[in-house]
Amino acid sequence: MDEKTPVLEIKDLSVSYQTPSGFVEAVRGVNLTLYPEEIIGLVGESGSGKSTMAFAVMRLLKGEATVTGGLIKVLGKDVYSLNKKELRLFRWDQMAMVFQSAMSALNPVMTVEKQIFDTILSHRPQMSRQEVRTRAEELMDMVRIDRKHLKSFPHELSGGMRQRIVIAIAIALHPKMVIMDEPTTALDVVVQRSILNQIKEIQKTEKFSILFISHDFSLVAEMATRVAIMYAGRIVEMTDSQTLKLGERHHPYTDGLLRAIPQLTSEDVVIEGISGNPPDLKLLPSGCAFHPRCALAMERCKTEMPIPHPQPIGYIECHLYSEEGSRG
Amino acid sequence: MRYFFNRLGFLILSIWAAITLNFILPRLMPGNPAETIFAKFQGHMQPSQLHAMELQFGFSNKPFILQYFQYLGSLLTGHWGLSYTYYPTSVSQIIVTSLPWTIGLLGIATVISVVVGTLVGILIAWRRGGIADSTLPIATMFFQSMPLFWLGLVLVYFLAFTLNWFPMFHGYSSSVNVGWNWPFISSVIYHGILPAIVVFLGSISGWIIGMRNNMINTLGEDYVVFAEAKGVSNSRLIFMYAARNALLPQVTSLAIALSSIVGGQILVEQVFSYPGIGYQLTNAVSMEDYPLIQGMFLIIALSVLLVNFLVDMLYGRLDPRVRRRGTES
Repeated sequence: MDEKTPVLEIKDLSVSYQTPSGFVEAVRGVNLTLYPEEIIGLVGESGSGKSTMAFAVMRLLKGEATVTGGLIKVLGKDVYSLNKKELRLFRWDQMAMVFQSAMSALNPVMTVEKQIFDTILSHRPQMSRQEVRTRAEELMDMVRIDRKHLKSFPHELSGGMRQRIVIAIAIALHPKMVIMDEPTTALDVVVQRSILNQIKEIQKTEKFSILFISHDFSLVAEMATRVAIMYAGRIVEMTDSQTLKLGERHHPYTDGLLRAIPQLTSEDVVIEGISGNPPDLKLLPSGCAFHPRCALAMERCKTEMPIPHPQPIGYIECHLYSEEGSRG
Repeated sequence: MRYFFNRLGFLILSIWAAITLNFILPRLMPGNPAETIFAKFQGHMQPSQLHAMELQFGFSNKPFILQYFQYLGSLLTGHWGLSYTYYPTSVSQIIVTSLPWTIGLLGIATVISVVVGTLVGILIAWRRGGIADSTLPIATMFFQSMPLFWLGLVLVYFLAFTLNWFPMFHGYSSSVNVGWNWPFISSVIYHGILPAIVVFLGSISGWIIGMRNNMINTLGEDYVVFAEAKGVSNSRLIFMYAARNALLPQVTSLAIALSSIVGGQILVEQVFSYPGIGYQLTNAVSMEDYPLIQGMFLIIALSVLLVNFLVDMLYGRLDPRVRRRGTES
C-alpha cells in the first residue's frame, strides 16, 4: 500500500488557539498519512484535538484557531498554499467533510434539492440542470432516501435522513477523501448501524478514503483499517484494527480506553475507566502528557517527552516501549 | 394554502373584534359628545337644542344589539359619521385624504430604513471588526437615542428656518395645483425629505444592530460553515445561507414597525404639520371630535391587523417551518 501516493499527508501539524492567557496548543506535532481507499479511525476523548485537526485539514479553522506549524498535503497539494478561489474549488472537489453536527448542517430555509444543486453547481457551473438533477437523484438512491424528499425541507426529515443527506452532499463531487467527524454521534444505535453500513458500502463503490473521527472505540475498530489514538493533541498510538482488538502491546492510554468498553459477552461486568480528567491544554503536564493519569508512569515520564517507538504495525509513543522500558 | 386561509380567518376574526370594541368602548363612557358641547356652552344652550344635537349625531335609545348591527351596516357602506371639526365633511373623507400622506411618507421612509439598515447590518457583520462595524452602529445609535420630535425640531430649526434649504411645514406648497403634475409631485417630495430623514435616522440604528447581531449568530451556524466548505460562492453564502436565516427575526420587527406607522408617528407629523393620520388624530383629540377619533382608531386598528397579516404571509414565504406549523394547528 505504501508505494501509492497518499491522499492525505499531515506532517508535524500544530494548531493553536489564541486565548487571553496566551497560545494554547490543541494539536501538537501530528503526523498522519492516509492512503487511497483506506479508512483511518481517529479516536480520543473530547478535547483531544480530533475535530480541530479535521478543521485544519479542511482549512476551515475560524477565529482564534490557527495552524502554527507543519504541512498538510491533500493529493500532493499543500492545502495552505492555495489562494481563496483555488481553495473554494479544491475543497469538496477533492476533499469533503461530514460534520459532527450534521443535524444542523443543512440550511433550514432551503430544500434538500437546492442544497445539493448548490454544491454541484458551485463546482461544475457548466452542467445542465437535467444533469445535476440526475446526479442528485443518484445520490439520493445511494444513501437510500426516497427521491421525493429532494423537495423536502430539512425540518421535514428525521435526524438519520438529514445525516444521510449530508453524506450525499459530501460525496456529490466524487471526492478522493472524506473526513467524517463523529457522523453518527447524535443518532440512536439502530440508525447508527444502518448509516455506518451504508458508508462502508458507498466507500467500496466510490473508492474514496475516509478519516473517521469518533470517540467510540468499538465503532472505529469495526470501520477502520488503521486506527490512530489521540491524546492531548498528539497521536500516541498508531495501529490497525486487528491489533487494536487482539494485540497485547498498547499505549497505557489505549489500554485504559479498551478496558472501558463494556464486554457484553463476558461474565466480568466490571468496567474500568481511566482515572482523572483530560489535561488542561493551558497547563499541559511536562514530559508525557498522560503521565499524571498513567498507572505505569516512571520517573522519566515526568520530564522527558516520549518519541514514537515503531511496532510491528504502527508505533506507540511511550517510554515503556523504549529499549530501557519494561515492554521494550 | 391552508396556512393562508388559517391566517385569513384569524385576520377576519380580529377585525371583527376590533370593530366591536370600537363600538362598545365609547358607549361605556359616561356622557356623550352632545353633552360635552352642551357643557361647553355653560347654560347658553337649551335642553331642546341638546336633544336636537343628539338626534343629529345619531344617538338613539334603540336596543344595544340593534345599534350594533346598524353600526356594522354603516361601517360597510362607508358611513363613518361626520366630523365636528370639519363639519360637514365625513370622517371617511378625512381618513381617505390623510391616510395616503402618512403611508406615503412614513411607509417609504420606514421601508428605506429597513432595507438600508438590513443591508448595512449584513455587510458589517460579514466584515466584523472593520471600521464600518465599529463606527456605524454607534453613530446611528446617537440619533436613535434622541426623541424623534426633538431631532425633528433641531432639523427644522437649522435646515429649514436658519438655512432655508427645506420647507418648514405642510405636505406640499400652496402655490401648486394638486394633481398628477410634476410641480405638485416635486413639491410633495421636497416637503417630505425632512420628515423622512427624521424617521430614517430615528429608526435605522435598530435595523443595523438587529441584523448585525442576527448575522453574527447565523454566520457561526453549522450550515453556514458547511456551505462554505462545500464551495458556495461568497455572495450566495452571505445572502442565501446566512442573511436568509438572519432575516427572520427582522421580519417580526418589521411587523411592529409597520403597524406603528399609521398611528405611531404622531409627534413627527405634529412637528412638521404634516397632513397625515397622526396630525389629524391630535387635532381630533384636542377638538374632542368623537366621530373622527373613533374613525381614526378603527383605521389604525385595521392597518395594524392588515400589516400583521401581510407580514405573516411574508414570514410563511421566508420560513418553511412556519408554514408547516400553520397547517398543523
